[in-house]
Amino acid sequence: MILYLLAVLLAFTSGIPGLWLRRRGGEAAAVLMGLAALLGIVAALRVLLGGASWVVGLPALPMSATGGLAFDAIAAWFAIPVFLLSAGGALYAVGYWDERHGNVRLLRVVFGLAAGSLALLVAAAHVLTFILAWEGMAVSAFVLVMAEDRQPETRRAGWIYLISTHTGTLCLIAAFSLLMPFTGHGRLDLLPAGFASSSRGTLTFVLFLLAFGLKAGIMPLHFWLPPAHAAAPSHVSALMSGVLIKMGILGLIRLVSWVPDPPPWWGGLFLGLGALSGLLGVAFALGQHDLKRLLAYHSIENIGIILLGLGLGTLGKAAGHPVMMALGFGGALLHVLNHSLFKGLLFLSAGAVVRATGGRNMDRMGGLGRAMPWTSGAFLVGAWAIVGLPPLNGFISEWMIYLGAFRGFTLFRWPWTAGVVTALALIGALALACFAKAFGAVFLGEPRTPTAARALEAPLSLRVPMAVLALACAFIGLAPVLIAPALGRAVAVLGPGTAQTDLARLAHLSSLTAWATPMLLLAGLLWAWARPGKAPRDRPTWDCGYARPGARMQYTASSFAQGLVGGLRWILWPKVHGGRVQGLFPAGAQYGSHVPDPVLDRFADPLLRLVARGAALLRILQGGQLSVYLLYVLLTLLTLLIWMVA
Amino acid sequence: MSPDFLIALTMLTNFALVATSRINKAIQLAVVQGVLLGLVPLAMGLGRHVHILVVALAAVAVKGWLIPYLMRRAARQLQIRREVDPYIGFTVSLMLCAAGTGLSLLVAHSLPLKPGTPYPLLVPAALATLFTGFLILVSRRKALTQVVGYLVLENGIYLFGLLLVEEMPVLVETGILLDLFVGVFVMGIVINHIRVAFDSVDTRHLAELKD
Repeated sequence: MILYLLAVLLAFTSGIPGLWLRRRGGEAAAVLMGLAALLGIVAALRVLLGGASWVVGLPALPMSATGGLAFDAIAAWFAIPVFLLSAGGALYAVGYWDERHGNVRLLRVVFGLAAGSLALLVAAAHVLTFILAWEGMAVSAFVLVMAEDRQPETRRAGWIYLISTHTGTLCLIAAFSLLMPFTGHGRLDLLPAGFASSSRGTLTFVLFLLAFGLKAGIMPLHFWLPPAHAAAPSHVSALMSGVLIKMGILGLIRLVSWVPDPPPWWGGLFLGLGALSGLLGVAFALGQHDLKRLLAYHSIENIGIILLGLGLGTLGKAAGHPVMMALGFGGALLHVLNHSLFKGLLFLSAGAVVRATGGRNMDRMGGLGRAMPWTSGAFLVGAWAIVGLPPLNGFISEWMIYLGAFRGFTLFRWPWTAGVVTALALIGALALACFAKAFGAVFLGEPRTPTAARALEAPLSLRVPMAVLALACAFIGLAPVLIAPALGRAVAVLGPGTAQTDLARLAHLSSLTAWATPMLLLAGLLWAWARPGKAPRDRPTWDCGYARPGARMQYTASSFAQGLVGGLRWILWPKVHGGRVQGLFPAGAQYGSHVPDPVLDRFADPLLRLVARGAALLRILQGGQLSVYLLYVLLTLLTLLIWMVA
Repeated sequence: MSPDFLIALTMLTNFALVATSRINKAIQLAVVQGVLLGLVPLAMGLGRHVHILVVALAAVAVKGWLIPYLMRRAARQLQIRREVDPYIGFTVSLMLCAAGTGLSLLVAHSLPLKPGTPYPLLVPAALATLFTGFLILVSRRKALTQVVGYLVLENGIYLFGLLLVEEMPVLVETGILLDLFVGVFVMGIVINHIRVAFDSVDTRHLAELKD
């Protein structure tokens, strides 16, 4: 308990010394955050490895009797990525966001605030602490997104994020006030049976789903996510995508854990939303040219995969089936951890690429693999993991969700679990195509622009966090049996009765562990044997008979994905400009294409424009006179008084 | 002295406040009202609770000395003595204040409050003082008179708080006092900025800042 609270305190204050230090403030923040991470992860592991969970009351507040923080296995499970990515981000910022940027000190302080709020939020067990930590996280993330506020694109992203997060908080407060009579003095704990099926319970569920869905970026509430992730500095994108959006999932997981008898349609809704987010997320990722926007759409896709697991677990809980609960919840929780590891890794390596080339457009990169071997290796590990290929961690969690879906089909003949398998398979295939495009366009081939040709490898402070995250991905992928007991404890909090089921045996984790390393070695040997070692490496590939092939004639990211984007035109509605060539010996022509976001650009933007036009009418009320404003207050008060009495 | 007498005096100062045009007199009346209200809990015989005693003394000190000191200094520096040409004239203000007081007497008994208060004038006086404060805030032009209105409004809230004084934790009371002090402080800064920007403290000029 003391360890964890100390870790939270260290995280909160990590940016403060940098306010006074003339130099090396970033290093100081990284050291403090690293220390916080060490303490926090030790505290979390202690609970996950069978230690007792603890409750702490906050003094000087009316809730001191009931406890404001409760650190159980789920909190510990979420605390690990929080601290890992915060420490990684603080170290990464040293090399990435240096003194050239004017707001480096502010950014360090606010990064610490965000990390501390996240660490508090995972353990919040009272309405007040939950909302306080939630808002602390949301507002500090807004400041972080706005780091480059000179650019209009960043300001727009920041405002969209702020509006959506406050809408979410509004729903959250409404949901908590509906819940209030059923909690002891605002303490968040087990709700009475039957509450979930009542109409009040349904309303609460919908409000929670809106609030947490907005944060997690579930389609169609994802619209803030791609612009914010693209505009933020990369270590902030890593923290947001890796941890912050998971807090929406944490909320849903907590909700399922408070309810002893969730109705089956909750699980069905999770499955539907998960399939929607997963498929649309990866489809829209295919159409992006901006590397960080592409990764952001993949976050939406992975939130979808997590929801599929959560949905299976909720169906299992509704039916009282421990095996389904173990596989569904276990897959969802493990994917939460995995996604924060590999998505953090991908955003960090994307940041290194952005730092080296000065832009985010993949069509202006290329050939970076030779200049930046470490970064390209890190990106490859992240990409390998995110598409769910063995032997990395993404495979393990998706494997558990697949197993859960098959089990649901064979045990209960639930038709929608067959849909889950189909959706997962489609998502995996499209994600593979998308990352083949991203990795190929950025790291392979020839540099397309002079800036890309001059790119240099990232400094050590960027490479260390990437290496740590890549090793963590490999560890979970190669030895999943080692984390099974910890995962089992977290799952046991969610689903009563799962304590007896052996997760490792259910998901065949021990045989996966036993086979992973030999198979990897075999694959390495095969690769070494089949490698064309004798061919000279500096020769171009066959150039189709062109006399003078140039770097601009290679496949671009857009042309690589063209087939799939064209096939998905009925979903994506890509916008194409130019590209027509007329006559013999045509003059120069231009071609451009982009895929607008379905919710933000096609729906919310026009709608909000209309609202703004209507709201202009309210300007009449704004006379500019202070007295008139006060008169409004007086009239309101008088009306209320008379209305109350009459 | 009985608390009812003090409360009745408070209601009378309300009338004097809306009728006066001299700024020094308005400040003086606000001081009188503040001190009267500071004495009410003592007259109620609540002096035996230490925290109530402390808060009452603090209220008298802040409202009777600190705030008027700040405001008189501001008035001296700004060289203004009178509130001329208010939005609502003095006669009409007086009639509105009377109407407000009548309304508060009328509705006070139908409010869903804790029954059995021994002081029948407390709730109507609180409502009437609140109303008077708002009236001054709405009807006057000079920023200084508006600060007086804010003080009167605050007095109304304080009076209402007396209804619950025995249950109210000390935290809330000190919060109210702090709020008042910060309010006056901020208004002082605002007044100064208005003066620097527009060379006058007439709040009419603030309309130029409208979007």
